[in-house]
Amino acid sequence: MNQNTNIFNKMMSMDRRWVFLLLIIVCVAAYFAPFSIPILIEPEVERVYNFVDTLAPGSIVFLAIDYDPASLAELHPMTYVLLEQCFRRNIRVICTALHPNGPSMAENAFLEVVDSCKVDKTYHGKQFMGREVVNGIDYCFLGYKPYPALVILGMGTNFRLPFPADYYGRPIDSIPMMKGIQNYDQVACVVNISGTSGTEYWISYGQGRFGFPLALGVTGVMGAEYYPYLNSGQIFGYMAGMLGAAQYEKLAENDGKAVVAMKVQLFAHFLIIFFIIIGNIGFFMDKFSKKREGR
Amino acid sequence: MKRQIPVLLVFVFGVFMIFQYFSPHEYSEWIYKFLMDWIYIIGIFAMALGIWSLIHVSYDKIKNKRHDWGYSVVTLAALFIMMFFGITGFDENGEWGFYFMTQEGLTNPMFRNFFNHILVPIETTMFSLLAFFISSAAYRAFRARNVLATMLLVSALVVMLRFNPYFGEAVGLYMNKIAAWLLNVPNMAAKRAILIGIGLGMVGTALKVVLGIERGYMGKG
Repeated sequence: MNQNTNIFNKMMSMDRRWVFLLLIIVCVAAYFAPFSIPILIEPEVERVYNFVDTLAPGSIVFLAIDYDPASLAELHPMTYVLLEQCFRRNIRVICTALHPNGPSMAENAFLEVVDSCKVDKTYHGKQFMGREVVNGIDYCFLGYKPYPALVILGMGTNFRLPFPADYYGRPIDSIPMMKGIQNYDQVACVVNISGTSGTEYWISYGQGRFGFPLALGVTGVMGAEYYPYLNSGQIFGYMAGMLGAAQYEKLAENDGKAVVAMKVQLFAHFLIIFFIIIGNIGFFMDKFSKKREGR
Repeated sequence: MKRQIPVLLVFVFGVFMIFQYFSPHEYSEWIYKFLMDWIYIIGIFAMALGIWSLIHVSYDKIKNKRHDWGYSVVTLAALFIMMFFGITGFDENGEWGFYFMTQEGLTNPMFRNFFNHILVPIETTMFSLLAFFISSAAYRAFRARNVLATMLLVSALVVMLRFNPYFGEAVGLYMNKIAAWLLNVPNMAAKRAILIGIGLGMVGTALKVVLGIERGYMGKG
């Protein structure tokens, strides 16, 4: 084996610890570097934003938070920005968490957004005065119940069927915002933010049977999975991964963690592509070198 | 009889649930709600069985000092600590107590702290490691060895770079169009084929179970 072949082999089979080291350096450097990247908007994300933004004050958005801390980085920013958009526009929210670890994720999001809404802010040139967002008046958190398919079907008949009380144990009928609210007929749309296959239940048992407008927010790895439902019209909008979250933040003029994380993701992708190119150069040069040597 | 009764029950309830889906009649709705309650009750018993099984297996491992028995101590400690904080809490008057039937425990500060400061960092760290393994796997696996592998490689690169803001408007637009085509045409065609296959498979399996042809759920094929 000559020296060239040796170099090409090294290019093809670099110790993975170098890959790990370079990746962490790039991620940390990109995170702390003081620059921002432009975020281009996809129409499927814009449709979710426009739908929520054009709802009349007092309308109800049903938010299904079905993820655990593993998907926090990608999905929490979607929940935050959507909740803040709703509360700023006086849109009420009913929320469930059909993943066992979902209730605490949802509760954390509510607590933070409720705090954030106390401050005056301006979005798209319009000033929104800070206000107290009240549990039971502005939102109702129903919590967790096992068997998502059954819960989704049950809520189609009446929210009280799977959830006689909310997450905090208050009977649904004693919650002011739930007066007169029976089932999906009274909600403007359902937004399912999910890191699990529970999304399919919302499509099959929820949208399929009850016909409500459904939008999805999913993790990057699930991104390619749900395009068929978008084109078939079963979902009206779609946010996939960190990119989807960052696009929504940009649309809402409410830059948060996703916009910052996008620059980290972009440079991590550059590094991965660099490694792929290096590996392929090594592969072809090695092949060429062996061919020339007649091996 | 040991086999006929379960098969009969599955047939009766299976056929009922098929027709119930299309019937808005009051009685049909009532039976449907009644059966849903049953499923929750069965689920709760299944959860109790799962907890018992976890305790039994972990206790056995600790008692016999089997390999890595220390992890079982942590498992049991975590289980009991979270259970303890989940069923204890402070009422409206600030008095501490046990709450088996109500949900005060869910707002217990220790329950929240254990979730926010132990479970969240553990799970996010585990998931973050995926980025490193994916990078390493992509570097090793994405080789243009043949036509199919090259197509996979090029598709992956285009989708990864579709929203790269440094390409400029013209290149970025074409990149985005190609990526959108990849996601909306070949990806969707493949996914639809898989989904239709899964759907038909589910209907077939369900019919086999309802008609008593498939009896694997009874422990024997």
